[in-house]
Amino acid sequence: MSEDNAVQGSAVITHEIGLHARPSVKLTKLAKTFESQIHLRGDGAGEAGASWVDAKSIVRVMGLKLREGTTVHFRAAGPDAEAAIHALVGLVKRDFDERPAA
Amino acid sequence: MRWWASSNAISMSDRRPELIFSGKVASPGLAVGSIRLHARPKIGSIPTGSPEEEAARLATALEAAAAKLEALATDAAEEAAAILEFQIALVEDGELIDPVRLMIGEGVSAAAAWRRVLDGQVADYEAAADDYFRARSADLADLRDRVLELLAGGAEAPSPLAPGEGGIYVADDLAPSRFLEIDWRSYRGGALLAGSANSHVAILARARGVPLLIGLDLGTDRLVSGAVAILDAEQGRLVQDPRSATRDAFETRLGQRRVEAEAEAAFLPRPAATRSGRRIAVAINVDEPGVVAGVNPAHCDGIGLTRTEFLFSAGLSEAVTEEAQFKIYARLIDWAEGRPVTIRTLDAGGDKPITGLTPEGESNPFLGLRGIRLSLTRPDVFMPQLRALARAAARGPLKVMLPMVTVPREIEETRVMLEVAVADLAREGSPAAMPRLGMMVEVPAAALNVAAFTVDFYSIGSNDLVQYVTATGRDCAAVAALHDPLDPAVLELIGRVVAHGAASGREVGLCGDMASDPRYLPALLDLGLSSLSVAPARLAKVKSEIARHG
Repeated sequence: MSEDNAVQGSAVITHEIGLHARPSVKLTKLAKTFESQIHLRGDGAGEAGASWVDAKSIVRVMGLKLREGTTVHFRAAGPDAEAAIHALVGLVKRDFDERPAA
Repeated sequence: MRWWASSNAISMSDRRPELIFSGKVASPGLAVGSIRLHARPKIGSIPTGSPEEEAARLATALEAAAAKLEALATDAAEEAAAILEFQIALVEDGELIDPVRLMIGEGVSAAAAWRRVLDGQVADYEAAADDYFRARSADLADLRDRVLELLAGGAEAPSPLAPGEGGIYVADDLAPSRFLEIDWRSYRGGALLAGSANSHVAILARARGVPLLIGLDLGTDRLVSGAVAILDAEQGRLVQDPRSATRDAFETRLGQRRVEAEAEAAFLPRPAATRSGRRIAVAINVDEPGVVAGVNPAHCDGIGLTRTEFLFSAGLSEAVTEEAQFKIYARLIDWAEGRPVTIRTLDAGGDKPITGLTPEGESNPFLGLRGIRLSLTRPDVFMPQLRALARAAARGPLKVMLPMVTVPREIEETRVMLEVAVADLAREGSPAAMPRLGMMVEVPAAALNVAAFTVDFYSIGSNDLVQYVTATGRDCAAVAALHDPLDPAVLELIGRVVAHGAASGREVGLCGDMASDPRYLPALLDLGLSSLSVAPARLAKVKSEIARHG
C-alpha cells in the first residue's frame, strides 16, 4: 500500500485489561467489513506491539498484546479507507462497546 | 462440595451402575468432578497423503473445529464465549494458517505442521509479561489439540467445563507441557491410563497438590465423558457414577482431610524443627515460576530447586533470551525477600526431552547427553542462561546448581564460563555478580567421589540417585518395587555426602521427592540432613512431620 494516500487515526485503549480476546475479535471483524488494507500498531507497548500488523488478522492483533493506556494507531489505504479509520477509531474510543451505558 | 446434588448428570447416573477403576497414586488427594476424556492424538510426521491431500485434510479439520466451536459458543456464558470466538477467529485467520499450508507444501504432514505453528504461538503467549495474555496460551493449546484430534480422526474433543463445574481430566497420558497448560482450578484432578509415579508429570502434580492417578486398569471404553466421578488419589480409585453410600463416605473423608489440613497449616508459619529442637531448613521446589504465587515466602526457607526446563516447554525457542530469563530469575529473587534462591541450570534430556536441543534416538536417554553434559556442548544455550544468572546474582542471594555432574572438570568448565559472563557484563555496564556455585549429587560416581568436587554446596537429587544406584528406570512400572529410596545402598551414599559436608563445612541439602514423602523423611533426618526442598503443596505436611520426629 502506498504511504502517500494512507489515512491514519489513533485512539487510547481504556479497557482495563487491554486489547484482549473479545475486543480483538470485534476489531478484526469490523476491519474485515472494509475493502481497504488496514494496519495497526501500538505506542509504548514494547518491542512486540510497535510494528504494523494486519488489522484483519486475529493472530496478529492479539499478538501485539496491547495493554490499557496504550495508544493504538491505524493506517488504511483503499477505496473506503476514510470510513474504516472512522469506524475503528470509534470502536476503540467507545471501549469496544463493553462499558455499561451510564 | 455437594454440587453433584444439583448436577443434571444425576439422572444419567441413575441408569448407569457405579464403576470403580483402580490405579496407582502419583499425587495424593481427593476430588470430585465431571469426567472429561481426552484422547491423545497420534501424530506422524510422515504425511499420509500428497501435499494436496494433506492440505485438504487440514481444511476439513479446521472447518469441523470451527463448526464445533461455534456450537459451543452459542451455549457458553459470556466470558467463555469470548474465548471460543477468539479460537474461531484464529482458525479462519490466513496469517495463522498460511505458514501451516506452506509447510505442508514442503512435504510435512498436516498434523506435524499444525502442531509446529501452534506450539510457536503457545510459547509466544507463555512468554507474555501480562497475566491475561499469558493465560491465553491455554486457549491456543486447546485449539491445537482440538484440531490435532480431528486430524488424527480420533474422538471429538470433549466439551469444555461450565464455569464453576469441577472436572476430572482423563487421558491415556499427559505430556508435562500439556499439564502446565491445563487450568487446574477447573480441573480438580486427573487420571491417566499410562504414566509412572516417578515421571515428570507426577512431580508437577505433587508440586501443585493436583490429585493424580496413573495406570488405570481398565480401558477408556468404559469411562463416560460427562459422568460424575470421585477421584480417590489416596486409595487409588476412580469411581464413576458413585452410589449415594459411596458419596456419603467420600464426603466424610473430605471433611477429615480438611481438619487434618488445618492442623498441618498451623506449622506453616513456624520455622521447621524436630521434636528435640533441631532446626531443619525447608525450602520449596519451583518447576514453573507461577507456582510461587500461591506460597507465602515467610513460610519457607527460600527456593531449594528451580527446574529451568519450563523455559523450553514448547521446544528450543529464540524467544527464551537472556533478558527473558533474567526477568524470571529476578522475579523469583524478589519473591523470596532475601531468602536464598537456588536455580538449577537446564537439565534437559532423560525424561525431559527438548525439541531441537536434546539428541534424538538415544537408546538410553537417562545415561546419555543430558544435564550439564548437554549444556557444556551447547554454549549458544548455556551462555545466555549463565549471563542471566550472573545478572540475577547481583539482585539477591542466588545459588546456581549444576545437574548430572559426574566429574570435577564439569564444575570447573562452568565456573570459567560464569567468570567470563560476569567479566563481560561488567564491561557492558550491567550489574552482575558471581553466584554461589553448587552441584546436584545424583550420579553415583559423584556421590562416591564427593570430596573431589570443590563447590559451595551440595544438593542430593534423590530421584535420579535412586534410579542410578538401583538400576531401575524412574518410568518403568515393572521394576517399581526395586526402585526403593530406602535401599541401604542409597542411604549409604546419602550418609557419605552428609558426612563430607559436615567435615568440610559445606551445606548439604536434598531436593528430590524423598523429602516430601512421610515414608522416607524420618530416614533422611536420621542421616543428619538438615536442609530439604519440597513441593510447595507439601510444605505444611513436611513441617508437621518434622515436628513429630525425635
